[in-house]
Amino acid sequence: MILLECPYCGPRDETEYHYGGQAHVAYPEDPNQLTDQEWAQYLFYRDNTKGLFAERWVHTGGCRRWFNAVRDTVTYEIKAVYRAGEPRPDFDSLTQEGAAK
Amino acid sequence: MAEQLMEQNVNIQGPAALRRSPLAHLAGAIEAGAVAGERGVTLREIPFLTMVGLRAQPGSAAAAALEKAAGVALPTKVGQTTGSAEGTAVLWLGPDEYLLVAPEGTGAGALTEALGDEPGAVVDLSANRTTLELSGPSARLVLEKGCNADLHPRVFGPGTAITTQLGPVPVLLWQTGEGPSGQTYRILPRASFADYAARWLLDAMTEFAAPEVP
Ligand SMILES: [Zn+2]
Repeated sequence: MILLECPYCGPRDETEYHYGGQAHVAYPEDPNQLTDQEWAQYLFYRDNTKGLFAERWVHTGGCRRWFNAVRDTVTYEIKAVYRAGEPRPDFDSLTQEGAAK
Repeated sequence: MAEQLMEQNVNIQGPAALRRSPLAHLAGAIEAGAVAGERGVTLREIPFLTMVGLRAQPGSAAAAALEKAAGVALPTKVGQTTGSAEGTAVLWLGPDEYLLVAPEGTGAGALTEALGDEPGAVVDLSANRTTLELSGPSARLVLEKGCNADLHPRVFGPGTAITTQLGPVPVLLWQTGEGPSGQTYRILPRASFADYAARWLLDAMTEFAAPEVP
């Protein structure tokens, strides 16, 4: 089980959260201009990263807020959490920090 | 016809006489579940407390108006409560969301009026949850059987309240006091989970009637 740190509530069990998939997938500026294929890409296609991955979580069993986390998909280690609307931390800085430990 | 009858009932007995706590049917079991002694722990229900959901951006005019009407400041971070459990208290639910808990019959009228047209929300949620009170030397041990949040006194003392889970039940967990005979906690499950939460607690309490197994 992951011990996930909510940016508002602090560390809580994974069971208090729900997963929301890849973060920073922008809504298309004008969906009417998209071809069916482009729209399908937006709706259904996500990265399948091996390594650091920015993803959305919601603290359902706590403050009910959405936030983002950077997780290593190989080790399940949470490298960073940040509030919705805040920029994604630079992956390089996260891995260097890991290597420096 | 049914409407007429209901109206008559309300007129004769008043709405307060018609309401029913979601734990009314367990009153006997809750009383019988009390464990005395050094490892004691008791449970009771405090039904019908006024609970009002508040939403307002911290520092806004809406927040100031609500604080003035409630006579209590809004808490500013997770775990924090303001006011007092015996009177009016406000629990932190989220960065702009709070729960005001007050004695039975307080109502939400004054808060609704105070908020006026400012952006925010005041909703009477009194029927949403009921309140269980768990106290005694073993109260914390009982909760720790099913709550994964850190309840150690160094981080969870009197006046701390969080939204979390007890067993599988989403609850508000609030430590209202601490004394020589252990801690006192309030557990606020939603009405539809109250039966399960109370039975879960009663079951978790039974082992403390026996001497501790070394
Ligand atoms: Zn949270």
